[in-house]
Amino acid sequence: MAKLNINGETRELTFDPGTPLLWVLREQAGLTGTKYGCGIAQCGACTVHIDGQAVRSCIYPAEAVQPQQEIVTIEGLSDNGEHPVQQAWAELDVPQCGYCQAGMIMAASALLADNPQPSDADIDAGITNICRCGTLQRVRRGIHRAAELATEVS
Amino acid sequence: MGHADDTRTISINRRRFVIGSAQAAGGLAIGLALPGCSTTGTEDAAAALSGDPAEVTAWALIHPDDRVVIRVARSEMGQGTLTGLAQLVAEELECDWAMVSTEYPTPGENLARDRVWGNFSTGGSRGIRGSHQYVREGGAAGRMLLIEAAAQRWGVDAATCSAANSVVTHGPSGRTARFGELAAAAAQLAPPAEVPLKDPKDWKLIGTGVPRLDTADKLTGKQIYGADLNLPGMVNASVVACPVRGGTRKSYDAAKVENMPGVLAVVPLDEDAVAVVADTWWRANQAIKALPVSWETGESGTVDSAGISAMLDEGLSAEDAFVGNQAGDVEAGLAAAATTHEAVYSYPFLHHATMEPMNATALWTEEKCEVWCPTQNGEAALAAAADAAGLPIEQCDVHKLHLGGGFGRRGAGDFVRQAVLIARTMPGTPVKLLWSREEDMRQGMYHPITKAKMTGGIDADGKLTALHLRISGQSILAGLRPSALQNGADLATFQALLPASDHKISYTIPNLLVDHAMRNTHLRPGFWRGVNVNPNAIYMECFLDEMADKAGVDALVFRRQLMADNPKGLAVLEAAAENGGWGEPLADGRGRGLALCYAFGSYVAACAEVSVDDAGKLTMHRITAATDPGHVVNTQQVEAQVEGSFVYGLSALLYGECTVKDGQVEQDNFHTYPSMRIAEMPQVTTIAMPSGGFWGGVGEPTIAVAAPAVLNAIYNATGVRIRQVPIKDTPLRKA
Repeated sequence: MAKLNINGETRELTFDPGTPLLWVLREQAGLTGTKYGCGIAQCGACTVHIDGQAVRSCIYPAEAVQPQQEIVTIEGLSDNGEHPVQQAWAELDVPQCGYCQAGMIMAASALLADNPQPSDADIDAGITNICRCGTLQRVRRGIHRAAELATEVS
Repeated sequence: MGHADDTRTISINRRRFVIGSAQAAGGLAIGLALPGCSTTGTEDAAAALSGDPAEVTAWALIHPDDRVVIRVARSEMGQGTLTGLAQLVAEELECDWAMVSTEYPTPGENLARDRVWGNFSTGGSRGIRGSHQYVREGGAAGRMLLIEAAAQRWGVDAATCSAANSVVTHGPSGRTARFGELAAAAAQLAPPAEVPLKDPKDWKLIGTGVPRLDTADKLTGKQIYGADLNLPGMVNASVVACPVRGGTRKSYDAAKVENMPGVLAVVPLDEDAVAVVADTWWRANQAIKALPVSWETGESGTVDSAGISAMLDEGLSAEDAFVGNQAGDVEAGLAAAATTHEAVYSYPFLHHATMEPMNATALWTEEKCEVWCPTQNGEAALAAAADAAGLPIEQCDVHKLHLGGGFGRRGAGDFVRQAVLIARTMPGTPVKLLWSREEDMRQGMYHPITKAKMTGGIDADGKLTALHLRISGQSILAGLRPSALQNGADLATFQALLPASDHKISYTIPNLLVDHAMRNTHLRPGFWRGVNVNPNAIYMECFLDEMADKAGVDALVFRRQLMADNPKGLAVLEAAAENGGWGEPLADGRGRGLALCYAFGSYVAACAEVSVDDAGKLTMHRITAATDPGHVVNTQQVEAQVEGSFVYGLSALLYGECTVKDGQVEQDNFHTYPSMRIAEMPQVTTIAMPSGGFWGGVGEPTIAVAAPAVLNAIYNATGVRIRQVPIKDTPLRKA
C-alpha cells in the first residue's frame, strides 16, 4: 500500500515493487488517459507531471514518488478541458487518432509552465514525443497558440 | 452487469459508444428552449422532446429533441473519416450540424440487416471515395422521408416543402416542423425509389473545414481506445508468438511463472504462441517476459537480410517476370536512344508502428462471443472472432473502438483470434489481450521489400523515349490474398505504374516496360499506408530526375514533356513547383526536388527544399504539396492528412527499416525503429485544388511524393544520389 497524490487527491494504492507509475495510474487508479506506447521512455505517450515536471511514467517506478509529490495526469490538467493547451488543441483540431495526444498535451503544458513564450527552437528541444499520424506541425502551432491564450487570460 | 458507466468502466450491455459529437466539440448545450416551430405547441415541451429516437433510413437516428446520430461504417483511425462521412450524410439530410453525433453500427448488425451499411473495411483511402454515393443517398432519402411526413401531416404536396437546418418548411403557408417531430412518422414511410443528389455547387457543408466530431474527448483523456477498455470482472493477457514467422512452439515451462503475483493462467494458442493471463496487464507482461519458451523455427530461422538482398538482386535481371505495363518496344527504344542510363534502387521492410499496440478484448460463452477492438475491418474481425470462437457467426459480434493508429495493420484479425482463443478457456470472463510494443514489432505485417532496376533512354532532344522498370521483391497479395492474384501476378505491385486504374502511371513514355520478378520471403507482408506507391514513386520520380540530369534538362520541363495526356497531374505538379519556389535562386547549401504521383484516385505533387551542412546533416526546410482529389469534403482535414503523410513518409525515408537476422525482425521498439520528431518536421504548405467530377483518396496518396521529393532535393543540394532508403546510414556529403 502506498499513498500517491494524483490530481489533487490522495489515493492509497497497492502495487508490486518496480511497477511503473504508468501502470499504477492505468490499472490501479483507473486513469487510462495516460497511454502505453513503448515502455522505454521513447515515445512520450505516457507523459504526466510530477511537481510540474514532465515525466515519462512508463519507466518511473511508482514507489519512487513521495506522498507529498503532486502527480497530474491528463484527467487532472483542468476540470473541463479549459487549460490553454487543450483550448488551443481544440481550436486547431490538433489530434488525429489522438492516442499520443495526452502525452503531447502534458509535455506541451510542462514546457509552457517553464517557458511561457517558447521559440520554435525551444519547442524542438522540449517536445520529443512521437506521433505516428503526424500531427507535429499542428502541435507546434498549438503550442504557440496556447502561449497566446495564456497571455490573454492572465 | 447493467451498471451505469463512467469514464473508466463501460457496461457490457451498452451496445454502442458515442464516437464523436459536434455538441461535445462545440460545447453546445441542449436545453428545452430549442428553436424550431412546433405544431404541437400545446403539448408539454418536455414530453415532446423526450422519447425514443426514430431511424430515418439506416444512416440516421433522429431524436425528438432534434439530435441526429449518424451511423458510420468505416473506422476512425485518425484520418477524419468519421467527420467526413457524417458531413456527407448531413449535407443531404439538411440537418443542423451542431446537433450531429456519430456511432458505429456493429458488423453483426450489418450482417443481420443484409449489409445495409455496406463495406466496413477501412483502407486504401476508400472511406469517402468508396462510399460517398450511398451515404449521400442515405442522407437524401432521409430528407425526402421527413419532407413527406410533414406534407402528409399538413395535407400538402411534398414538392411545396423544403428542408434546412433540421426544419421542414411549407413554402406557401410558412408552416414549419422540426425533424424531431417528424422522425417517428418518417420512419414508417416507404423509402423513395429515386434519390437525386445535390449539385456540388449547392453544397453547404461539404467543402468546409468544420471541426472534427471526435476531438473533445481526445484532449481530456476521456476517449476510450481498445487498450483502455475496462469491463466488469475483466482479466488481462500478454502474449508471445514465435518470432520467426511460420515457426511453431516447441515447449514452455508454465511452472516458472504460475506463482508470480496475479498470474491466473498460462494458455497455449494455436501452434505458435502462448499467453499469460493475470489480474493486471503489467503482471501478465512481467510473467510473459519471464516465461521460458522454445521455438521450432525450421529453415526460416536461418534467413537474414543479406540473403534476402541477394535473392532480390537475382530478380533484377531474371528472365521471367510479370508484366504490369507495356508500350512500344522497350528494347528497340533503348537501342535507338542517344543516351542510356541505368540505376538500381532499394526499399526495405517497414513496420506500421501504430502508437497503440494491437489489442482486443473478448468475452466467450457457449452461446455467444463478443469482441471489443480497434479494427480497420469490422467484418474481418467478426469472421476471425467466429472462427476462433467455434460458434456460428450470428452468435458473435464485434464492437469497434477508436483506433490508436491503423496505417493498414489493423485490417488483420490475428490479434482478435488470439483474444478469443484465450477467452474460450475462461467462459464468462472478459479477457483483454494487449501486445507489448516488442511483440507488436516482431509480429508485424511488414511493408514488402523490393528493389528496382531502371534502364532509360533519351533522344537527341533530351526527351525520355524508353524506360524499363524492373521490380524485384515481395508481393503483398501472394502473402495475404493469393486468390486475388491474376494468373500469378500481383497487380498491386504496380501501383502508380499501371496503364489504367486509380493508380495509372503519370507519364506517357513511347517505349515502356514495367515488370515484376516476384521474390517472396517468409515475413508476412502487409498493406502499409500508401502501400506500393511508396517504393514505386521513389523508383520513378528519382530515376526521372537522374534522366533529366543526364539530358541536361530542368526536372519540371523534363516531366512536362511526358505529360501531354495528364493535364490534372501537370496542374498539381506546376502548382507545387510554383508555390515551392522552383526555379528561384537558392541559398547556399540548399536544394529543391520535385515529385509527382497519381495514387488512390488523386493527383499529388510536392516540391521540397532542404539543406545539407558540411557535416552532412540534413534539414528539411519546407515542402509545398498540391493535391487534386476531385472533391474535398473537409478542407482542414485534407491539410491534416497531407501534413501527416509527410511525417509518416519522411520517418520512413530517414529511419524506417526492419532488418532480419536468424529469421526474425531485429527492431523491437522505437529506439531501434525511430520516428521523426518535431525538430525534424519541415514546414508543410498544402494546396488543395479539387477540380471536381471524381472522388479520390486523401489519407495515402501524398505519402508517395514525400520521399522522392526530398531525395531529389538532397541531390540538388549536394550532388549525392541516394538509391537506398532509409538514408540514415548514407553520408549526405561527398567525402
